[in-house]
Amino acid sequence: MAEQKQNSMVKLEDPAKRETFRQIFKRFGVVLVGSIIGQSMILSRPSRAAEALRPPGALPDLDFDSSCIRCGLCVEDCPYDILKLASWADPAPQGTPFFVAREEPCRMCKDIPCAKACPTGALDRHMTDIKKADMGVAVLVDHETCLNYKGMTCSICWRVCPIRDEAITLEPIESETGRLLIPTVHSDTCTGCGTCEKHCVLSEAAIRVLPRELGLGLSGRNAVGRS
Amino acid sequence: MLARFGRSLYRHRWLLMRRTVQISILLAFIVQIPGYGKIAQGNLSSSILFGELKLTDPFILLQSFFAGSSIALPALLGAIIVGGFYAFLAGRLYCSWVCPINLLTDLAYWLRKKFKIKGNMSLSRSLRLWILALSLVLSLLGGTLAWEIVNPITRFQRELMWFSLSGAMLLGSLFLFDLFVSRRAWCGHLCPVGAFYGLLGRYGRLKVTATPTESCDSSGCSRCVAVCPEPHVLAPVVAKQAQSVTSGDCTRCGACLDECHEGSLSMKLDLVGMVSKKTDQ
Repeated sequence: MAEQKQNSMVKLEDPAKRETFRQIFKRFGVVLVGSIIGQSMILSRPSRAAEALRPPGALPDLDFDSSCIRCGLCVEDCPYDILKLASWADPAPQGTPFFVAREEPCRMCKDIPCAKACPTGALDRHMTDIKKADMGVAVLVDHETCLNYKGMTCSICWRVCPIRDEAITLEPIESETGRLLIPTVHSDTCTGCGTCEKHCVLSEAAIRVLPRELGLGLSGRNAVGRS
Repeated sequence: MLARFGRSLYRHRWLLMRRTVQISILLAFIVQIPGYGKIAQGNLSSSILFGELKLTDPFILLQSFFAGSSIALPALLGAIIVGGFYAFLAGRLYCSWVCPINLLTDLAYWLRKKFKIKGNMSLSRSLRLWILALSLVLSLLGGTLAWEIVNPITRFQRELMWFSLSGAMLLGSLFLFDLFVSRRAWCGHLCPVGAFYGLLGRYGRLKVTATPTESCDSSGCSRCVAVCPEPHVLAPVVAKQAQSVTSGDCTRCGACLDECHEGSLSMKLDLVGMVSKKTDQ
């Protein structure tokens, strides 16, 4: 009886078996921790906030994130020091270049030095016409505070626009208080440089540059349909 | 007095050369020379040297490729220049002569020795290979440059870490981990950039070569192994199984050459050996 008991004890403490189990559990643990970290990284994949605008000639968001190698050559070649590489606290994926229009808008240099500096094609270095740039689109988001809607002829957004009368025009409308001049953005010519947003006289800008998919509607096959 | 100073300089010649190169590279990205500008523009992921030579880090470009980007020509050429330099000539030289994080981890190791900090969590040196694989897989799945979210090397240059809270915390934790938890943990065990350059520079021709002398044999001091940040690379040389260090893990830091007072070790660019060996066969 006693002998039997001892036998089973020995079996339990078989050192080779124990080592095997240790190894298995260790690997299992590593895989588990690795996949938790991995999954959280994928799920929390940072994306750009609406107020962070990309330099001219940038690829669409997902392609930009994979192509940009975060070297900052565009930032260094910007003559107005507008661009910045995002840190962890900034509203864009880490290390990618961005600017905030309300702080400093893109000055739309004719020779586009930032795009020319890009080694990877995240910015189109072959772009020749800055007016074809698409950094976003200006939208007059607030009709309640905009001074032109209140009957005052502020029109600052129209006056500062680098492609005035093409990207923004003043359209007269009749209202009960009289004739109003409404700043109207034409999305096909607006480059999203943000000069209008920068100069809006209000405490919070009534006109803002938004990413195109956020700032514009899109009609379906049928003009009033969803798809 | 002067002689002693001279001797001390000589005994740290590789260390001094290494620090000079490291700090010069860092300063080249920062200092504005009046009338010229900066020697190097960009950062270590991609840079332009002297306004002409375009260089790109092959590991970062590889992540970009895994993330699904097509590789543009300027970046590819830059990566071929850098990759070729390490693959055919210098081996894993990047870690000890270029990388700015090495300054920090070397400081941690120095303090560790100075204050005789004992605790050491043992990590596997192959862990860095797993992290390397993980960062490529995550780039593939996530569609973004996975390691660049963490990478202290480029983050250091992007935001001069101590001015940014998140950066300072990352650097600080890395430093404390190296200091208190595990010896040479970051550069020797965890960093996938080092692992990448180790694999890439596996056959680099710049090698620590041994010509054992009588006194080396008799004393068997092994001081070179004691100072080596990757001690396993020297083991076959000390055991006289190999003429030179062949492991890709050797960072060519020269610590062993500084330490060896017998003159048994030297750093050799073995270009001729490569050719003659082939003709022998």
